[in-house]
Amino acid sequence: MLPASVSSIEQLEALLARQCYIADRGLATSIYLALKLQRPLLLEGEAGVGKTDVAKVLASGFETDLIRLQCYEGLDVSHALYEWNYARQLLEIRLMEAAGAVDRQTAARELFGEAFLLKRPLLQALTSEGDRPPVLLIDELDRADEEFEGFLLELLSDFQVTIPELGTIRATIPPIVIITSNRTRELNDALKRRCLYFWIDYPDFDKELRIVNAKVPGAPVRLAAQVTAFVQELRAADLYKAAGVSETLDWIAALIALDRTELDPATIELTLGILLKSQDDIASVRGERISEILNRARAGT
Amino acid sequence: MSVLLHNLLHFGRLLHSLGLDVHAGRMLDVAGALEHVDIGRRSDFYFTLQTLLIHRPQDIAPFAEAFRVFWRPPPGEWSTDDLRALGEQRRFGTPRVDVPTGASFTADDPSLATLAEPGERVDPGSYASQEVSRVKDFEQLTDEEIERAKTMIAMLRWDPGMRLTRRWAARRGDALDLRRVVRRNLRYGGEPLLLPTRGRTMKRRWLVVICDVSGSMERYARMLLHFIHSLAGGLDHVEAFLFAARLTRVTRELTSRRAADVLPAIPGRVPGWGGGTRIGDALRTFNVRWGRRVLGHGAVVLLISDGWDRGEPAVLRQEMARLQRSCHRLIWLNPLLGSADYQPLTRGMQAALPFVDDFLPVHNLASLEALAEHLNRLPGRRPARPRRPSGLATGLDRLLPANTRRTGPSSSSTRHPAGADPLGP
Repeated sequence: MLPASVSSIEQLEALLARQCYIADRGLATSIYLALKLQRPLLLEGEAGVGKTDVAKVLASGFETDLIRLQCYEGLDVSHALYEWNYARQLLEIRLMEAAGAVDRQTAARELFGEAFLLKRPLLQALTSEGDRPPVLLIDELDRADEEFEGFLLELLSDFQVTIPELGTIRATIPPIVIITSNRTRELNDALKRRCLYFWIDYPDFDKELRIVNAKVPGAPVRLAAQVTAFVQELRAADLYKAAGVSETLDWIAALIALDRTELDPATIELTLGILLKSQDDIASVRGERISEILNRARAGT
Repeated sequence: MSVLLHNLLHFGRLLHSLGLDVHAGRMLDVAGALEHVDIGRRSDFYFTLQTLLIHRPQDIAPFAEAFRVFWRPPPGEWSTDDLRALGEQRRFGTPRVDVPTGASFTADDPSLATLAEPGERVDPGSYASQEVSRVKDFEQLTDEEIERAKTMIAMLRWDPGMRLTRRWAARRGDALDLRRVVRRNLRYGGEPLLLPTRGRTMKRRWLVVICDVSGSMERYARMLLHFIHSLAGGLDHVEAFLFAARLTRVTRELTSRRAADVLPAIPGRVPGWGGGTRIGDALRTFNVRWGRRVLGHGAVVLLISDGWDRGEPAVLRQEMARLQRSCHRLIWLNPLLGSADYQPLTRGMQAALPFVDDFLPVHNLASLEALAEHLNRLPGRRPARPRRPSGLATGLDRLLPANTRRTGPSSSSTRHPAGADPLGP
C-alpha cells in the first residue's frame, strides 16, 4: 500500500495491526495526520514503550526503506548529512596532475561534485529514488546536542538542505519522518513547532496483554496474563526505572525458554534482571516484595 | 466550516490564556487537518487537535480539560465562569510533584510576611561605603544589611567550570580537518601545504542547586534564595529545587524575573515550607524524576541543608550515593558549619557525609566568596570516590573506609569534620 493511499484512521490501524503493532486511537490519529499533512511526527515517552517501532512498522507496512539516524552527543553534519570522500579527492588531484596542468576552477568543480559525495542518512532520505517515500527515523534526538537540533530545522520544515559546495537539495518525495525522544532534556521549541507531537504512555493491562499476544503468539494464556499483571504492578512500585513493554516481551520469551507455564517467586527472582536494569531497583524488589507484588497481580487477574 | 474556524480561533485563544504555547498559524493547520478526519467522531477530533496543538506532556491535562469544557454540546453553555475556573486550575491545581502548588499557602504564614517586605530601599550608588561585614552570620543581619548584602552577592562571579563536549569545530587541535585540508590546498594544486586542524569544543557545566527550606533552615532561607537567584542570573544553565515536605522545582521562578517580584511568592509554592523534612525522600524524588534530565552532562550539584532529617538514614544514604554517582561533583553546603564548635553529628549528616565531595559552610558573605572561588577552581576530573558498595540496603556500607572521600579545597574556610567515620565517635 502507498502511504498516500491510506484514506482513513481505521485503515492505518489495520495496517499497523498486520505488523503486530497495537496502537491506541490517539497514536493512530497522530500517525495518520503526519502522513496526510506530510509533517514530521515527534514521539516522546519512557524507554521501551514502542517509539522506535512505529517507524519500523510503517516502513515494513508500506514496503519502503527505513533510514535510521541514531543520535548521540557530538553528532554533526558530516555524520548525519554528508561528507566528502577525501581519500578519493586527494587521489583525483594526483590523477589530474598526471594528466596535465590543473586548472583550479575545473578542479574545484569536479572535486566537489556528486561523485565525491558520501551520503549520510538525512541526505539519503531526501534523495531516495522510487515512488514510495522512505521512512526517516531520527532516533533519540535528546541525545544529540542543541546545535544539531538547530541544524534540523531547515530539513524538517521544507524537506531540503543546503550544502555550500552543491547548493540546495530538495526532496523529490518528502520522507515520512519519525523523531523519538526519551526526554532526558527538553527539545527546542522551534523544532517542536515544526512537528506533530504524541506522548506514548505505558499501556494499560488490556493493551499490554494484546501486545504480548500479538508479539509472542505461542505464549501460554495463563502465563501471558500473569506476566502482564505482574509488570503492571511493578510499574506502580516506587522504582528508579520502570520496566518498558520491550522488557515485558523479553521476559515472557525468557520464561517460555525456561519452560515455565506459571509465575512463581523463585523464577521471578532468577529472571528479575530482564525486567529491571538498575541494581538499586533489583535490591529493593528482591525477596518479600516479589511475593507481595505477585499476590496483588494474581488478585487483579 | 467558517463557524468551525471561528470556534477554533476562540479555542486557540482559550488555550493561550491558559498558558499553553499555541501559535496562531497552527490553527490554520488544524483547519487543514480536519479535512482528513471525521469531525463527527469526538475522539478523532480531540486527538487531531491535541497532536497539532500540544507539544509538551505537561500541557496535555490542561488541554484535555479545556477541550472538555469548550467543545461540549451545546456550545452555548460556555461562560466566563468556566474560563476563570480553568485559569485557576492551571495555576494552582495539578497534583504533580514537580509543579509548585499553593496547597500550604496561608495568608498568616509568618515566613511569607518576612519575605514579602519591599526590597528596594537601598541606593545602589552608595553601597560601597556601607558594606556589610563579610563575616557576620546571615541570621544576624538586619533588614537593611540584607539589602546591601544582596548587592554584594550580585557582584560575585560564578563558574562551575567547563567540560569537553564531543562536538568538533575548526580550531587548533589534535585532529586534521580533512575537509578544509582539501579545500585550502586546491590553490596549491592539491599539494597539502596547509594543514588545518580541528578540536573538541568546550561547554560550561550545569549547576544544580537543591536547597532545604524546612523549619531549621528558615532563618537562612531568605538569604539563600537571593543567593540562588543570583546564581541563576549569572549562568546559562542553573536548575533550582527547594524542599521541605516535598521537592519543588523553582527553576522557572528563579530564572525568569527580577528577585523583588519573584522571591516573596516562593514560600507559598513550596509545600510544607518551614516544616519538617525527610532529606532522603526529597533526594529520591529528585533522583527519580529529575536526575536524568538535569544531571545529563556532568553537572555540579550544590546541596544546601543543615542535615536535620526526620527520615530514615538508610534512605538518605542510598539516595546520596546515587546522586553522587550521577553528577560531576557533589557539594554540601551547611550553614551550621560556620560556627566554630559545630560537629556534623546528626544522623542525617552522618549518613550523607561519606558521599559528599566537598563539605563547605554557607553562613556569611565570606563563605559565599570562598564558594565562588572554589567553584571557579574546580578540577576538570571527577574527584576520587570510594567504590560502590554492593549491599547498600544491608548495612555493609558501614564497613566502608570513610576517609577516602572528600578532596576539599585548601581554602581556610573549608573544614573537615572530625567525625569522619560514619559510625561516629
